[in-house]
Amino acid sequence: MMFANVDWPLILEATIDTLLMTGFSLLFTVVIGLPLGVLLFLTSKGQMMQNGPVYQVLSFVVNVLRSVPFLILLIVMIPLTRVLAGTSLGVQGAIPPLVVSAAPFFARLVENVLRELDPGVSEACRAMGANSRQTVLLALVPEATTGIVAAIIVTAIALVGYSAMSGVIGGGGLGDLALRFGYQRYQTDVMVVTVVILVVLVQLLQVFGDRLVAKLTRK
Amino acid sequence: MSHALAGVDLQVAQGQIFGIIGRSGAGKSTLIRMLNLLERPTQGRVLVHGEDITRFSDAQLRAYRQRVGMVFQHFNLLRSRTVLDNVRFPLRLAGLGKDAQTQRAQEVLALVGLSEHAAKYPRQLSGGQQQRVGIARALANRPELLLCDEATSALDPETTQSILRLLLDINQRLGLTIVLITHGMDVIRSVCDRVAVIDAGRIVEQGEVLDVFLHPQHAVTQSLLSESGMDAEGWREMAQGVGGRLYRLSFRGDATVQPMMSRVSRELGVDLSILQGSVGSIKGTPYGQLVVSAQGGSEGLGQLAAALAAHGIECEVLRP
Repeated sequence: MMFANVDWPLILEATIDTLLMTGFSLLFTVVIGLPLGVLLFLTSKGQMMQNGPVYQVLSFVVNVLRSVPFLILLIVMIPLTRVLAGTSLGVQGAIPPLVVSAAPFFARLVENVLRELDPGVSEACRAMGANSRQTVLLALVPEATTGIVAAIIVTAIALVGYSAMSGVIGGGGLGDLALRFGYQRYQTDVMVVTVVILVVLVQLLQVFGDRLVAKLTRK
Repeated sequence: MSHALAGVDLQVAQGQIFGIIGRSGAGKSTLIRMLNLLERPTQGRVLVHGEDITRFSDAQLRAYRQRVGMVFQHFNLLRSRTVLDNVRFPLRLAGLGKDAQTQRAQEVLALVGLSEHAAKYPRQLSGGQQQRVGIARALANRPELLLCDEATSALDPETTQSILRLLLDINQRLGLTIVLITHGMDVIRSVCDRVAVIDAGRIVEQGEVLDVFLHPQHAVTQSLLSESGMDAEGWREMAQGVGGRLYRLSFRGDATVQPMMSRVSRELGVDLSILQGSVGSIKGTPYGQLVVSAQGGSEGLGQLAAALAAHGIECEVLRP
């Protein structure tokens, strides 16, 4: 019988957990990653706050965090996660490693979006007597909005995938379900259902994101 | 170590339109950027009303830049903001209240003839209209000095003329000092009072536009002029097949429109034929320069130069 093992209320609960994990991680990722990305951009060569040592250090930290495989990061971070989230389990326990992994990634995307902007914009701001803060907040970030929104969507989709991995250390959500029922108990139908839901989630995010970007581009 | 600019000594008088012309890479962009310190000179001073702006603190410099407008080749507008908000931007930086920003922005938009486009986004406008927004933005804070960095180089010839007319109009109506850089002699001829020619980081020639056009001294000036259809040396080829003496006649102002040639020819019994010439006007002053061959009696020829000079025509002997 098809889907005999599927406990639908459990699936619903897991889906909500996945959405919560993705949503909260995304929120913190943007809150931390956006300023980090702006700082990376500003301190890089030829920019307003050009500062070699600061850029090198930031860039190094970002690269290190990005090169640690997420599964390893999950485990390595357990003590820190307990301090930050109070537990290393469940939705709460998954968020710190997700943020630590995604924020540097997002910061790089933001740095690149800003780098792609016409340098004439910051030149015009300087010529008009804007200081660095005004240039960033009133001109660069608004000009980069479309690119930043696209970067947020890319990051959100990456987070959906990563959040599934956190099931390995008891993170909850669809990945947890797929691992415990689909993999460890050989309940292929549960596996299939969770994968389908993940695919649908990612599709929805992408379609929504594309529409938003198109709307922002039109003006 | 080589310098982008060296030994540059320029003075711009208030209310003037001062043009700096040179080929790409000559250093003109660096030079104009020193007037608001987007580029900082390693040596030397930049005096504005007697004050050395290179000694300004950051805050002083930002305040100074708010009083100096700048117009860019590629407009450098904020694409995410409407025309009105683009023009309000410098006013916001200057700390004006919201209503005052909007009111002033609408005033300058009216000045550049874009009132009905205030709610549009830059990409909905043509290049010429976008540059008008750039000019409105530069004028918003009532600057005394306007810097134009190749402001018309990205525009077609017709739009260029309309932007130049706008600059001239602003200069006359607001008494604004304008410094512009360009690689086109036509821009200089249309609007400038004075011109400096820059080559390889040095000013090779400067003076009143009319003087430089009629008597270009430096090879770079001469070649820039010949590219814009004012080839001062073009007569040489024609001269080989023509007999008689050769003169270069230069005249300006009233002399241009009087029938000097035929009068002198009649009075002295000399036949004149034109080998090369250009007649036009520079910023409202008519001027002309002709290369002529003169044939006739030696008495008439002997008096030719003096007769022309008496009518205000400079006469230079090219071939006796």
